[in-house]
Order: sequence, then C-alpha cells, then structure tokens
Amino acid sequence: MIRLERVNKSFGHLHVLRDVSLEVQKGEVVCIIGPSGAGKSTLLRCINHLEGIDNGTIYIDDTPVYRFTHEGKMVVDPDHRVESLRSQVGMVFQSFNLFPHLTALENIMIAPLHVRREPREEVRERALALLVKVGLSDKVHAYPHELSGGQQQRVAIARALAMQPKAMLFDEVTSALDPELIGEVLRVMRRLASEGMTMVIVTHEMGFARDVADRVIFMADGVVVEEGSPQEMFSAPRNDRTKQFLQSILERNAELGDSPIVPSGPLAT
Amino acid sequence: MSGIFALFNFRGATEYLPDLLRGAWISVELTLSVMALSLVFGLVVALARMTRVRPVRVVATVYVEVIRGTPALLQLFYIYFVLPAFGIRLPPFEAGMIGLTINYAAYLSEVYRAGIQAVAKGQLEAAQALGMSRTLTMRLVILPQAIRIVVPPLGNYFISLFKDTALASIITVKELLFTGQIIAATNFQYFTIFTIIGIIYLALSYPGSLAVQYLERRMKIGYRPRGAGPGHDSTRGTPQGAVS
Repeated sequence: MIRLERVNKSFGHLHVLRDVSLEVQKGEVVCIIGPSGAGKSTLLRCINHLEGIDNGTIYIDDTPVYRFTHEGKMVVDPDHRVESLRSQVGMVFQSFNLFPHLTALENIMIAPLHVRREPREEVRERALALLVKVGLSDKVHAYPHELSGGQQQRVAIARALAMQPKAMLFDEVTSALDPELIGEVLRVMRRLASEGMTMVIVTHEMGFARDVADRVIFMADGVVVEEGSPQEMFSAPRNDRTKQFLQSILERNAELGDSPIVPSGPLAT
Repeated sequence: MSGIFALFNFRGATEYLPDLLRGAWISVELTLSVMALSLVFGLVVALARMTRVRPVRVVATVYVEVIRGTPALLQLFYIYFVLPAFGIRLPPFEAGMIGLTINYAAYLSEVYRAGIQAVAKGQLEAAQALGMSRTLTMRLVILPQAIRIVVPPLGNYFISLFKDTALASIITVKELLFTGQIIAATNFQYFTIFTIIGIIYLALSYPGSLAVQYLERRMKIGYRPRGAGPGHDSTRGTPQGAVS
C-alpha cells in the first residue's frame, strides 16, 4: 500500500530522514514512536508530499510518486498527480487545521464537492453519516470555534475520511488536546482500525499504540531503529535506544501516577 | 469670537452651497469608482505578486514599487499632461479615476498580500492534504479568511481615498475642493468657503468610518480567528494555534 525506499530528507544541514525504508500493508495499522526530533512527523509529511524528499522513492499502491529515480534520473511529478495522490491519502494534524469560516458539515463536504466534483446530495449524506460515526451528529452546523479540541479533531478525521482515502496518516493527533479529551479521539481511531483502514500513526500514547497497532516502529535521529509487533516492542525491545526511550516514558507515567487515559493500564508488564 | 462670525458670510454660503454639493457629489462618485476598481485590481496584483510565474511576479512587483515610490500628484500629472503626447487624451474625471486607481491598487495589493500571508500555514497544508489545487486552496480556504482579516485596513483606505480625491483638483476635476477654489477665486471668501468644504468632507467621511466599524463587527460574528470559544484548549486548532 505505502512503500518507502531509502528516503532521505534534509532541512539545511539537518539530516532529518536517513535512508528510511518502510512498507505498510493494506489494512495494517502502524504506530511510529520515538523521541521528539526523530523525524516521525517529517516521515508522515513526506508520504503526503507536504515536504519534498531529497532522494529515494515513495510508492503508493506500487506507483512511484512525486520525486523518484528513474534510470538514474530524478523525476518530479506535475502538480495534478501530486494532488490526486493526496486526495487518496487522508491526513489528520496535531493542530486540527479545520477551516474556521466553515461549519463542521461544510468542512467535511468541501473536498469531495470541489476536488472530486461529486454530486452535492451524495456528499451531504456521506458527510452526515461521518458526523454520526465520529459521534457529532448534534454539531452539524457548529463552527470550529464553537467546538472543543476533541470535537474539532473528530471533525478533522471525518473531513479526511470524506475523500474515502485508501490510507490515513495521523500526526500526533492527541498532543494538542487536554487529557480528558484524548479518549474520545482515540476511540474514533480505534474503531477505524477495527474496520480495516490502513493507518500510519505517529503518537506518544503508548497504551494506545500497544492496543491498536499491528506493528510498532521506533525512530530516533532520522532512522528506523527497531520495529516489531507491539508485544515484542513493549515487552522485549532489543535495541538500547528503544529500551532507554520506553524506560523514560515508563518513569514519566509512574510520576504521573499512571494516567488513566492510557486505556490498558501500566505500560510494560 | 464675534470677529470670526463676522468673517463667516452666511448669506453667501447659501448662495454657493448648491455648487459645492455638486462638487461633493463628484468627490463621492470618484471615491466609489476608484475604490471599486482598486479592490478588484489590487487583488489581481496581490495574486500576481505571489504566482509561481516569475515574469508576472516581477512586473507586479515593479509596478507596486514604482507607484509607492512616487507622489500620487506626479502620477496624476503624468496621466493628464504626459499621456496626450502619446495620443492618449483623457477627460479630467477619467484621468483622475484612472490615476487614483493605479495608485490605490498598489497599496491595496499590499493589504491583500498581508492578509493572505496572515492565514495560518496549517490551513494551506490541510487544504493540500485534501488534494486541493493551488487555485482551489486560494479560492475556498485562503481568500475567505484573508478577506475577513483585511476588512479593517481596507476600510481605512476607503476613508483616506475620499479625502485624497481632492488631489484630482490639480487636474481640473470639478470635485469639492476644486469647486471651492473656483468660487473663492471670484469672491475671496476663503474663510467661509473652505470652512464649508471642511464641514462637508467631515460630514461625509465620519458616517463612512462608522460604516467601516459596523462592517468590522459584522465580519467577526460566527468567526473569531484566534483564542475564541469556551475552555482553554480552544485556543488551539484555530488559525494561529499551530503547535508543532
């Protein structure tokens, strides 16, 4: 479904992604964890071409996209190909980024209406169904500023789903939320995962990652340090960096009295 | 005080008030037409300055810099006195309208540009992530938000344009100030005439600025760009709240 081959990305002198290769199967839920500055968000943004890559190739459904090497030469796709690709991969941001001048319903309808030019009635029905799905059927005509952070984020998820994407990317979607609002967003994501959506999730919610992921990837300093099943990663990490990172999270959670928002209780057992 | 009132010729005032009001009407017409044209042309210039097509960007940038770097009076002179040498002869009102439009569009384009750039980057990314093209993003996401941001500064330019139409008197547009000058030149009642002119300008521009304030409040209803809504988490996710 999504495949990265030796992807490199630098911001000036900062080498953010170093030869990252990665494959996500259809229907798979992959959680990416790691310390800040590891390149997790950049990786997601590169998949959606919000950031260009320096070299390497990214495939969506076996089609190379945006920038790729063909017979040793770098090829850059025209805008419309990038746009059509983006519309197939949904993305949810840490800061929601809902359109503040549009209601919840309009936020969800805008892309199918104007990008795909689908009939209004169809789009409207689908949008209403999505609002029910994310538990906001009573907020159809609310503007973003009238919604809590958790509600805004759920609308943002519905907005991305309205394009009927093949895969969804989640970039620290609960990091800007008050603790009591995190659960409602994670519930929606959990449900999506159980419905078989292909998902790549950058998160700091370890309990959530352990429960929902088919595979967990630990990144640090722009490289994939270790990957494996949640059981392997959380109970028996092999790499020292991974151990160190999980240990520091464990200590933080202990300090906080093991916050109740981590759904499955203590982190490592 | 009585001296001042003695200077003010009330009887004379009623005599040439109709002429002055006709002049004021020309000023209003000039203001409305220049504003309407500059609002459209200014937006075109602002977009031209942000396009990826380099020659277009360069032309638009040079235009703005030249206009902002030279006096408006000179620009009016140029259109009214220099263009005829190239066979372009314009009546005073049209020359004034075009001259002021060229001038104001340059300034308004900068206002638009600032407004467009003030829309948070996250909005652009969200639109892109949904597969919107640059044009769609601009039309559906960026401009509707930018317009709300630029209404107050545009309103101020509108008021100041009304007063700047007096510049057109220099190329014999029979607007309020020029009409007054003509009358004063014949009867020397400078105090009376220029006082009346001042009052007319004020009487027209003050309601204008009230209207701008009203519009400003209207724009905020149902939409507050930053830090709005209940609870302390709501400052996030709004345009300025990008946390990353």
